[in-house]
Amino acid sequence: MLKLINIKKTFNPGTINEKRALNGINLTLNDGDFVTVIGGNGAGKSTLLNAIAGSWPIDDGSILIDDIDVTGIPVYKRAKFIGRVFQDPMSGTAATMQIDENLALAARRGKRRTLRWGITSKEKKEYKKMLCELDLGLENRMTSKVGLLSGGQRQALTLLMASLQRPKLLLLDEHTAALDPKTAAKVLALTDKIIKEHHLTALMVTHNMKDAIAHGNRLIMMDKGQIVLDISGKEKEKLTVEDLLAKFEEVSGVEFTSDKALLA
Amino acid sequence: MCTFISLGSSIPNINQLFNALPGNIAQGLIWGLLALGVFITFRLLDFPDMTVDGSFTTGAAVTVIAILNDVPVPIALVIAAIFGIIAGLITGILHTKFGIPAILSGILTQIALWSINLMIMGSANVALSVDNYSLIISARNINSAIIIGLIFCTVIISILYWYFGTEQGSAIRATGSNPTMSSASSININLMKIIALCISNALVALAGGLIAQYQGYVAINMGQGAIVIGLAAVIIGEVIGNAILGKKMNFIARLFFIVLGAIIYYTVICIVLWLKMPADSLKLFTAITVAIFLAVPYIKGNKTSSFKAAGKKSKLIHGGQKNA
Repeated sequence: MLKLINIKKTFNPGTINEKRALNGINLTLNDGDFVTVIGGNGAGKSTLLNAIAGSWPIDDGSILIDDIDVTGIPVYKRAKFIGRVFQDPMSGTAATMQIDENLALAARRGKRRTLRWGITSKEKKEYKKMLCELDLGLENRMTSKVGLLSGGQRQALTLLMASLQRPKLLLLDEHTAALDPKTAAKVLALTDKIIKEHHLTALMVTHNMKDAIAHGNRLIMMDKGQIVLDISGKEKEKLTVEDLLAKFEEVSGVEFTSDKALLA
Repeated sequence: MCTFISLGSSIPNINQLFNALPGNIAQGLIWGLLALGVFITFRLLDFPDMTVDGSFTTGAAVTVIAILNDVPVPIALVIAAIFGIIAGLITGILHTKFGIPAILSGILTQIALWSINLMIMGSANVALSVDNYSLIISARNINSAIIIGLIFCTVIISILYWYFGTEQGSAIRATGSNPTMSSASSININLMKIIALCISNALVALAGGLIAQYQGYVAINMGQGAIVIGLAAVIIGEVIGNAILGKKMNFIARLFFIVLGAIIYYTVICIVLWLKMPADSLKLFTAITVAIFLAVPYIKGNKTSSFKAAGKKSKLIHGGQKNA
């Protein structure tokens, strides 16, 4: 499904701010894998997702999606294969456009933008049904501007948008980090449901070790731009937060200091 | 611009004002086209495009020179629009391909166009008499000028309403609203910016071509401050539209109110001139008008939510201790 071969990325090379963000990442995802990604601040988790999505070109290595080499193509062309939900609820939707218009934009991911109508009445009916299933009351606010929605509502909508054109790969970058615990749980449950329903392959970055253990069938831990732990199947099911903390201290040599992870 | 002949009396004559108004409506309608172009870049694309001051004169220059060379007027206007498209394309390429900031890209094109406009015109002023050529719009016949202006505005508004409802138009609006999300939705945001800049400057050049015919000449400096007038029309139109329609303000209403904003702007200018304000201070007046219309919504918003108001309320609660 997704194959990363020796990916490298250095930011600000040759300057005092030089940062080797990705340091030879090798990773193969199987069809239907739901992988959670954990690691300390600056470990390269978000950088990894941005590299896969094509936010900027990588320095070295190959990225293959379904055996198609996407290393050389820019973000908007890669988007044909990839659905994304960002950490910032503002990032995933167009605030000044209506809810139904946002969905219509997402429904055209990977397609040429022609001079046909941007949204059809048939689509509007479908979107209403989908929004009904979200159970957030959005089905009655189809023509409201997305900027009026709460963070949780926006993330739920972004999830729906990201999965509308069934993507080969779903990238979730700490998409519940900016939400309150109750809303975060709701959005996570929705994530599980959407991934299962559409049998999606997904990478989910999280700071919450409990979530990382409870969701998905595989877990990877990153440190200093490398994958230091890759656990799946039965082994992952038995995993505890203590195991992960111990492992983290072992590889990084420091105590895990993120409050978010400890409080979870 | 409307002019008032002093009749020896220092008291402004109301009849003079009424006589001058239709001309300002006609001018406002033509400038409305420019304002629609400015709206596309400033509002939809969130790109402050300074190309306008140059491409407006380019449109006028190309139209006048083409007509003087016996090109039929409609074709001359099409050529003017094409020159506008090229101007927008250059600004777009400077910004997207060479990473030059939006404002600076526009300014560079604008400056370059000054020389190009002079090359097209051959001198700083070129006259185009309605007596010798069959112009489609002229200050000589104001009633017909208003009708032609109305036709142009209605057609352009219809086309814009249709276009920004299509998949491509929606992609342009999305690019202006959230570039990150647009890229993630497989929209080529650089291409969308270039397309929007081309459409915008085509409208601006078309407006230039019509104004040149209306006033019967093209002058090298006629585009100076055009961007501010366009912006004034957009803001006046939006403020008034929001005041009248409130939440019912939709896209097509917005487009109409922008043209209305241009008409109101020219009417106000006319009143100011009628009040015997010296014509030299018009630019100062324009700047003040735009500043006022920009400030009104902000101050109105502050009325409901300001530190001053919160401080006063707080004092009432605890009975007036000293503020920090």
